This record gives sequence, C-alpha cells and structure tokens, in this order.
Amino acid sequence: MAAILAVDDSTSLRQMVAFTLKSSGFEVIEAVDGQDALDKLRDRSVDLVLTDQNMPRMDGITLVKQLRAQAQYQSTPILILTTESSDEMKQAGRAAGATGWLVKPFDPRRLVEVIRKVLP
Amino acid sequence: MSETTSTTGAGGGADFDLTQFYQVFFEEAGENLANMETLLLHVDVTSPDDEDLNAIFRCAHSIKGGAATFGFQDVADLTHVMETLLDRLRRHELALHAGMVDVLLESGDTLRGLLGRHQGVTDVVIDASELVARIRAHADGSAAPAAPAAVKVVVPAAPDVVAAPAAAPVPAAAAVPAAAPAAGGARLLTITVGPLDQPALADNLADLFNEIPGLGTIERLDDGTPDAGGLRRFKVSTTSGDDDLLDLFSFHVAREKVVIAPLQACAPVAAEPAATAPGTVAARPAEPAAAKPAAAPSADDGYGFFVDVEAQKEQVRQQKAAAAQAEAEAEPVVEPPAAPAPTGAPAPAARPARGDKQAAVDSATLRVSVEKVDQLINLVGELVITQAMLAQTGRNLDPIAHQQLMGSLVDLERNTRALQESVMAIRMIPMAVVFNRFPRMLRDLAGKLGKQVELHTIGEATELDKGMVEKITDPLTHLVRNALDHGIELPAERVAKGKPASGSITLAAEHKGGSIAIEVRDDGRGLSREKIYRKAQERGLPVHDQMTDHEVFQLIFEPGFSTADQVTDVSGRGVGMDVVRRNILALGGTVDLDSAEGYGMRVTVRLPLTLAIMDGMSVAVGEETYILPLASVVESIKLDEQYIKSVAGSNRVIEVREEFLPVVALDEVFSVPRFEDQAGGGIMIVIEAEGSRVALLVDELVGQQQVVVKNLEANYRKVPGVSGATILGDGRVALILNVGQLVRRARH
Repeated sequence: MAAILAVDDSTSLRQMVAFTLKSSGFEVIEAVDGQDALDKLRDRSVDLVLTDQNMPRMDGITLVKQLRAQAQYQSTPILILTTESSDEMKQAGRAAGATGWLVKPFDPRRLVEVIRKVLP
Repeated sequence: MSETTSTTGAGGGADFDLTQFYQVFFEEAGENLANMETLLLHVDVTSPDDEDLNAIFRCAHSIKGGAATFGFQDVADLTHVMETLLDRLRRHELALHAGMVDVLLESGDTLRGLLGRHQGVTDVVIDASELVARIRAHADGSAAPAAPAAVKVVVPAAPDVVAAPAAAPVPAAAAVPAAAPAAGGARLLTITVGPLDQPALADNLADLFNEIPGLGTIERLDDGTPDAGGLRRFKVSTTSGDDDLLDLFSFHVAREKVVIAPLQACAPVAAEPAATAPGTVAARPAEPAAAKPAAAPSADDGYGFFVDVEAQKEQVRQQKAAAAQAEAEAEPVVEPPAAPAPTGAPAPAARPARGDKQAAVDSATLRVSVEKVDQLINLVGELVITQAMLAQTGRNLDPIAHQQLMGSLVDLERNTRALQESVMAIRMIPMAVVFNRFPRMLRDLAGKLGKQVELHTIGEATELDKGMVEKITDPLTHLVRNALDHGIELPAERVAKGKPASGSITLAAEHKGGSIAIEVRDDGRGLSREKIYRKAQERGLPVHDQMTDHEVFQLIFEPGFSTADQVTDVSGRGVGMDVVRRNILALGGTVDLDSAEGYGMRVTVRLPLTLAIMDGMSVAVGEETYILPLASVVESIKLDEQYIKSVAGSNRVIEVREEFLPVVALDEVFSVPRFEDQAGGGIMIVIEAEGSRVALLVDELVGQQQVVVKNLEANYRKVPGVSGATILGDGRVALILNVGQLVRRARH
C-alpha cells in the first residue's frame, strides 16, 4: 500500500484529501505545515508528497526544496496544490523541484487519477 | 499504469461525499474570519508588518480553498478578490490604507453572512457583488484611500503622458515607479547576475525564463561585450514578483548573486522603443484586472507535471533497488543513483538541522460537539446524585461492621468530585472569546460617534463555562457600548478637561473563589449624582436625600431609566441597564457599579463559573428543603420571633446589627406548614441581592452542599421565586430559591 503524506494547514481540506485517498486504498499521513511534514518524515518514509503552498511556519515550496535536499527524497513524487490564478507559484514549484501541480479546487476523482499517474 | 485505468479506478467507483466535511470547514472558516478580523484591527496601517499581511492573506486564501473545494461559490468568489487585494498588499505592490481595512472588515462580515446561509442558520440572501466591485477597485489601486485618519500616500496619480483612455478602468501602469507595477501590468526590471565563475551559467537563466509560459520577456543587455567581472545583465519584463523571480533563478545561481532593480525608475514606458519590449504596459490595451496571465499549460486538465513522470518513476525504482542492495550489503546509501535529479539542485544532502519542537497544535486537540459534552455533564450530574444517595444510606450503617464499604464510599465521593470537575473543565472556554469581539465593535462605534478610544483587556485567559460565556456576551456588550457612548467624552471635551484625547476602556476578568469577576472600566465623564437624582425624581422613582452616592448610582439599573441627555442610536433609549441587570441576575450573578464624576466609572459583574453546579445552603421549612445560593447568604441568626416588629400594617421588620430588614417568611411564600414546635422560634437567614438585604425566616439550617442544578422550567414550568431544582441525597427534589425575586418582593 502506497503511503502518501498530505500537507495542508486547513483541517477540512486535509480531512477531505485523506478521506479520498484512504478510500482509494492509500495509506495517508497528515501534516499541518511544511515543518510538521519534515518532522513526520524524520521517522518514516512515504511514496508521494501532496502539499499545499500557503501555510504558516513553512510553505510548500520550501518544503519541496528541503525534501529535494535529502538524498532519500530526490526522486519521490511531490505534487503541489495550487489555485488556478497562481502561475508564478507553478514556476516556483518547478524551480524548487516539484513533480507537478494540481489545481485547487479539485475533484476527488481527479486527485486519485493524478496520484495514480505519478506513483512509482 | 495506463490512462484508462487511472481515470476509472477512483476508489472502486466510490462516490465521494464531501458534505461530511462541511462542518469542519465552517468551523475552520469561522476561526479564520475571527483571526483575520483580529489581525486587521491590530495591523499598523502606516507600516504594516509583513508577517501580519501574510497571515491575513492566508486566512482569506484558506477560506477560498475550502469554499471552492466544497462548492460554496459565492464565498469563493468574494475571498478570491480579497485574496487578490491582499496578495498585492503583501508584495508591497499597493500600500495599505484605512479604507482597505474597512472594506476587508466588511468583507469578513459579509462572509460570515454567506457562510451562515450555507449552514442554514440564516435565510438572509446577501448580494456581495457591490462589495466585490469595491474590493476590486482597491486591488486595482483605483479606489481612493478613505478620507479620515488615513495618512498613507498611495499610488501617485497618472502623469499626463500616459493618461489612460477614458474607457480604461485600470490606471495606466506607467504611472507607477517600475518597482511597483499596477494591476495586471508588467514591470520592467534590470537583473544583474554575478559575479559568476562561469558566466555562461547566467545564460541558463534566460533559457529557464523563456521556458515558462506567461512569465514575460528576457533580454541580454550587454550582448556581445565581455563580461565585466563575470557580471551579466538582463532586461526583463514580467508580472511576477521579485521573490518569485529569485526563486526561479536560484535554480541555477545562488540567490545572493542576483540583483533585481527597476529599469530606469523614472523613464516613462513610452520612452522605451516599443520593439524592445513587446509585453510592456504602454503597448498593451487596458484590460480588466481579472485578466490572467497567459494560460497555463494544460490548464483545462487542472494539473500538470514539470518533469517526465515516467523517468522519475524509473528513478525511484532504481533508488529503491539501490537501497535494497545497499541494505543487503549492510552499507548506508550515501548518494542517489547516477541519474541526476530533474531539478539538478546541487544542495547538500545533509538533513536540515531543524529542531522545532513546537508540536502541531491541531493534532493535540479534538473537536467534539457541545451536545456530547452536555450529555457527559448530565450523566456526571446523575452520578453525583447517586453518590450522594449512597453516602446518605451509608450514614445509617454501623461504621464498624461496614468499614470497608465506608472506605469505598469515601473514595467514590472523591473520585466523583474529581470526575465532575474534569468534565466541567471541558466546557470552560477563555473570556477572550467574548473580549475579542469588542475591538471591532468599539472601532466602528468610535468612528460613528467621532470619539477616540483604546481598549485594554486583562485576564482574557480566565475561563468560564461555555453556556455562561454565551449568556454574558450580550449584557457585557451593552456595558462596553454604554461606556463609550455615555462615558467617554468627545476628544475636544477630554482635552479641555486635561485628559488625553483618546479615552480608555478596560475589560478585566479574574477568578474570585468559585466565581468570576468581570470589570468594565472607563475613564470618561462618570455618573452625575445630581442628574441621576433629578431624573429619578422625574420618573417617580422612590428617592430621598439621605441616599448614598452608591444607592443613587444603582438607580440607573431601574427600568426605563436613561442618563443620556439625547437619545442616541447607539445605546438606544435607556432600556439597557435594567435589562443588563436582569440578565446577570438570571445567571445567578450580581452587578455593581461605582463612579467618580469626571473620572469615569466601573461596572463589576460577578458570575458563578458554571450554571450546572452551585454551592448551596440547604434550609428547611417543615418537611420541605430549599436551597439558597451560598453567595447570597450573608449570615444566619437564631433568635426569638418576638423581636420581629410589625410596621405599617402587615409589613414585618427585624433589627439586625442596627439595620432594619424586611422579614420574608418562607412558609408563607410557598404556603407550606411549619413545624408545630418551631412556631415562635426559627432561624433568620440574612440574604442579599441587588444591594439590598432581607431576613428569610426558616425552621432549620440543614447545611452547605454542592448541588447539581436542574432546570425547572424545562422539566416542569416557571415558578415565581424559584430558579431551579435539584435532587437531594435521599432522592427528594428541593427547589433552588431565586434570591433576587425574594428580595425584590420584600422591598417593593
């Protein structure tokens, strides 16, 4: 069972993502921001990271950079959730080394579809 | 894994029902709104803190994300324009001014309304389109800063050269210094890179820049010429912010090596040959602010990949294989497989030494519905009663023969109390919940009244039962509003009196024994004994010359009394204070008032910490037991009834410590027979409420005990003189007396 780390400061969105992924048979670990995500990844590894961009303490781009700096996460798929209007963010995500982006709001089915595409 | 399987294989066809997350979203949005309001009220308009602006942005952003996901389109639309405005503010593309704070606060109110409708708590249809237009105007920089107080100079007016066509809703961007672009407009920048060991690396920047659609244009400035000290200069036209550019460039060169500066800050865009910068503002027709940069790749899919996903998968597989092999060889993996990471980021593999131990607050708390907690409290209440019954039964047993049982009963009592306290603590919430609403209210009100005021809060962390907090909010709001409306003078008047122009209102909460004391203090004009006395006379209230100041001041709590010379639309028609007092008394609390004319006044509200448990004094009349709130009992005296004197016919008084108190015989109030042999004797309990005392005549003082309050109205009906009921240890029901009503009955 593939493990996915879902990072979002919004409880409702995190729950929604977690529910969607769990009911599609994934194992889901939740983190409330970038820093929390790094802390959670200290004790275990995951197969995919799905992160929001705008979060307190540590944002998504910084998280991506921090993860890419770790040997273990150099090729782990990392998807950034973004709002439609923020092209700049997509570019920043690219520069940071993210695998791809997913527009918010998204359909649960779309989420699962994208995740299946990138999962090794 | 093929395309077809992934699109159809979503959770085995499960239909994802998002409604189950609505409640969490509503709660979260409410928290975000409250948070945003607090931040907006505290933000320094002249020089806003970056952290604050970011935090405010995040609030709107977070609500928008949720609203869009869960399908609350109106909420998403409104937060979207807010986000646009806030984004430009946090990027310093616009300067914050008071008018923006106003419109953002108003947006918060509107969002509450919209969310309320989605939650089904209101049916009011709200049309936010006008508000959206106003926010958009602010975001465009076309709305003028609000006239009052706002001191911040915003975007300078457009110079004649580039006067926008009349039809253009957006001011021409050329008016703005290049560092601060106008809405939707591009900035012209000079980007200096270096010194670099390999200046050719800088060329990669240009390639990267061009790779990203919609980013703008980039051009080498010192084309052909030898690099001066390894420096390379570019001319860039872009809509992106400096940070985003740096983020992008840091992919190839260190951040510190990149310097971004506006290109020829003063040169109007028109001076640039149009050919060199096809994307500049001057050449571009004015378009609505909503216009987005060039469409993102595969925007219609709602997602995209920056890298070759298949290659990355392969890499992961290799890495895993390598890891497995390494494990087999019992050697740690030092480097990932040879294939370079798609980012090529040459960052060291060392794990960042972040020791932030601040645990995520979110995962340490649990959201539980109030009903569940109330059910728990109710059950604990029943348990307390059962325990009391057992204890009573135990008292009739032989302590020697039942030693073990007795010991267990003592334990049971202790554990029950501890359980009860813990459960009650779940319902306790900090006073900050109430206090937090006042900054906004006072701000709006002070603006309306032309007054200046500072709010100080003390003891926001003091906890109070949730039910109590809800019920005390309205009376407290009234008191605070009164303090500003009637207490605080106009700035000119204050200065004339030698006070600071800005008034001060203090809200203080603290625990005092089993109760909480909340003070509302102001340094305004205070109460005038003369005025109140005269008005009370006019209203036909019972007054006399010998009344102390304190007694005179209490008159403002009388129904229909108003001290404001003019009726204002703020505090209404003076129906306030009596309602305030009635509500506080109904909560089992007291309200007291103190004032010095010219210096201000202080209203002190005392409340029990909870409505569910009460410290009571049990008294008996004949076979009946009644409970008095312990806080209202002053003293009890055993004395001969012959000392009771009759005055003016049926009224009886008794002299206690040189004070004549009206006597209330409880047996007469409830028409219950007294003990035969007690006739002529009995006990006087002096009780106090609303600043007056009466002597309550009862047969017997049973003792002091904590009682679980049961609502009589809900279970039976409203009974005059009674505020509730409880169940005694022996299973009988005892009425809890409403001391306020008893005192009033005797006094009037």
